[in-house]
Amino acid sequence: MAVGPGLAPARLQDCKRDWIRGFDSMADQALDGAAPRPLLSLRNVNMTFGGVKALKNVSFEVLPGEVHCLAGENGSGKSTLIKVITGVYKPEAGAVIDYDGQSYSHMSPVTAQASGIQVIWQDLALFPEMTVAENIAFQTVIGRWPRLVNYAEMRRVAINALQRLGVTFDVDLALHHFPIAQRQIVAIARALVGEAKLVFMDEPTASLTQSETDYLLDIVRNLSASGVAVVFVSHRLAEVLEISSRVTVLRDGALVGVYPTKGLTQSRITELMTGKTFDYSVLHRDLSRSPVMLEVKGLSRPGEFDDVSLTVRRGETLGISGLLGAGRTELALTLFGMRKPKSGSVVLDGRPVRFGSNRDAIAAGVAYLSEDRLSLGLIQPQAIADNMVIASLDKILSGGFISSDRKRSLVNRWIRDLGVRIGKQDDAISTLSGGNQQRVAIAKWLATDPKLLILDAPTVGVDVGARAGIFDIVSKLADSGLAIILISDEVPEVYFNADRVLHMAQGRIVGEFTPGATTPQAIEEAVYA
Amino acid sequence: MTVLIERVRNALGPELAGPFAAFVAVMIVFGFAAPNFLSRATFGSVAFQLPELGLLTLAMLLPILTGGLNLAITFTANMAGLTLAWVLQSQGGVDAGIGAFLLGSVLAIAVGALSGLIMGFVIAYTKAHPILVSLSMMIFLRGLGEFLTRGGDVSGIPGFLAPIGYGSIFGIPVPLLIFIACVLIWHVLLTRMKLGFNTYMIGSNIEATRYSGINTRKVQVLVYTLSGAMCAVAGIIMLARFNSVRVGHGESYLLITVLACFLGGVNPFGGFGRVIPVFVALVVLQLLSSGLNLMGASQHLATAVWGILMITVMILRWLAGRLKFLNTNRG
Repeated sequence: MAVGPGLAPARLQDCKRDWIRGFDSMADQALDGAAPRPLLSLRNVNMTFGGVKALKNVSFEVLPGEVHCLAGENGSGKSTLIKVITGVYKPEAGAVIDYDGQSYSHMSPVTAQASGIQVIWQDLALFPEMTVAENIAFQTVIGRWPRLVNYAEMRRVAINALQRLGVTFDVDLALHHFPIAQRQIVAIARALVGEAKLVFMDEPTASLTQSETDYLLDIVRNLSASGVAVVFVSHRLAEVLEISSRVTVLRDGALVGVYPTKGLTQSRITELMTGKTFDYSVLHRDLSRSPVMLEVKGLSRPGEFDDVSLTVRRGETLGISGLLGAGRTELALTLFGMRKPKSGSVVLDGRPVRFGSNRDAIAAGVAYLSEDRLSLGLIQPQAIADNMVIASLDKILSGGFISSDRKRSLVNRWIRDLGVRIGKQDDAISTLSGGNQQRVAIAKWLATDPKLLILDAPTVGVDVGARAGIFDIVSKLADSGLAIILISDEVPEVYFNADRVLHMAQGRIVGEFTPGATTPQAIEEAVYA
Repeated sequence: MTVLIERVRNALGPELAGPFAAFVAVMIVFGFAAPNFLSRATFGSVAFQLPELGLLTLAMLLPILTGGLNLAITFTANMAGLTLAWVLQSQGGVDAGIGAFLLGSVLAIAVGALSGLIMGFVIAYTKAHPILVSLSMMIFLRGLGEFLTRGGDVSGIPGFLAPIGYGSIFGIPVPLLIFIACVLIWHVLLTRMKLGFNTYMIGSNIEATRYSGINTRKVQVLVYTLSGAMCAVAGIIMLARFNSVRVGHGESYLLITVLACFLGGVNPFGGFGRVIPVFVALVVLQLLSSGLNLMGASQHLATAVWGILMITVMILRWLAGRLKFLNTNRG
């Protein structure tokens, strides 16, 4: 991206030389032992959108070659800050941006890219149908004379870039053959071709499994070791703690502080991000006399899960933890009637059940909150009210016709009971924040009068502050006698919100923990081992 | 009073603004340009021409709301018309009785529904694209119809059918009454019935709808079946108006129905759109062509003006969207 259209090849060579020289001088600095001068330093950055202050007097600093984490809830100003640095937004007068020995009052996208600032957005902006080589190196052939594509040159550039990351891919294969983690790496490699000095990564691990995340974090370490500074934006605080050397926390558009990662804990970062302290304690509910709501025996679906047995009592929350791909979602979908088990039995509320579809499951009292709220859990463009009643339409019928009065009162009741903050009932669900959307999704299922509620990763894309609210609801639901299965790959989440925790790996239940009797670390070690 | 206005607004929806503005514009422009435009004759001709296109548009509307399309509407209407014509012929042609007509109409609607049913099943179960499925059905029906009629007309319709095509009750044309009845049925279906609700949901996100416990296949099959049945109603009226059926009658309506839906504010990708604005859009299109006709312009020019109108509407919608965007940003 550093090579804009029209940039002559000779200039490109210069860029490369400068870049290599930059390396040497940095090594010198390291030898001197002096504190390195910041690569990027921002002061007095203010941004206002339509009367709302998105950034209030923010300052931000990145050292050469460091991994720096930018933490904050949705709407705290992280993306706005990145867009100021990359020249998408122009900050209000008075801002000072010092970058690589130059001082600017604002950036422009062209200068930002030409001077080595690269962003890898969450959606990656890659071309799935093109080869890896084309994806990595297509910019090197843009705007050069002759206007022909030099595939050999592109392959060479791509292989070089991948080598610097310490990986080897088949660069002639179309990108869509690669899993998402490797596409991330292709995006990083492309940034390197653009001669990056400072790379922003926006939620790079959001759709990765644990092992893929580990792989990506290794790549980030290689990148940092080769002198490129990385600014990492992530919701997953465990990663933040693992990868970064410093954390900058933003809240409501203002700087909370810059902290060395050493000595920080997840709960401390949460407190800094939300400005609230959370009371973490394990559940102590005596459920031994509570009747069994769900009993699963030897349930199997070849290739997905094998010989799964579990029980959930009325009023109990059963946590299921394990890595993505352990068969958790497949198990949930089978209990919800959307997949058929090969063998095994399911007894719900004393009655053996065999569902032909999820309609049977819903009628029998099973509800399933999808892990994928955006494309499976809710119908994003449609109204809040419609999303809330879709699973319980029969309850708002009057003489065979939908009664708008009944619909309105049902929706009002759930909005009140679950504390959903909305504008109008007819607004699209996509206008709500992640936390409020998830409340609507829970309401949609509670409206079906379920006996068993399966929550699959209910806090994905939900702000830390709003998560506590979701779990308050879950806890009240359990107290009202609902049986709940809580699936999550974040161990602390199940640890503090479930009565028992099952550990699932490769389609099997391999362990059971009682939160009071063990530590979250012990479960984490088992899960991530 | 304001409550009443609010209720009316909610019932009609914001989609109505565009078609209604176009309606007013057409009335004003032709009111001045063509001196005899604001006359009974104009509205009489509109009232008789509207129902054929209108019924076919209703047949197109439901599949579009699910994010699909039914390209077989005109030939389904022809096939249904043929079915009725054959039944009448076999019962004595011009001398056929009312009983033959009723039987023929039921069979015609059954044929139309069957065409939709088959498309619905294929679309719901194979997940093939509705454009391909309905295109195949369209080609099949055209070929079958031309084979059975050898490319000619089927005529010989009893005289008592003429009122369905030309008659009036209390001064209102019968075809228009039938059309308005169908508009109301579609309106109730889409606003008050489970099937209508699910149609919109499927149009926005079929997988999320399925995860919510809706039988999405059943909804798709029903939508295309109803679409086919509505084609049959159009076919029966066309038969009564032309006094004969020919495969290919009304073929040029096909794309106009799509146009009318979009002019009526229906989202081309599904999920959003209402019946009443589509109805107003149809009236606008018909007034346009009648007005041009009165001014002595050729029918071909009217078609060209429809195209220009559509492009104008898209540009205006974009402008309105931008205006709204700027306003919210400022506020």
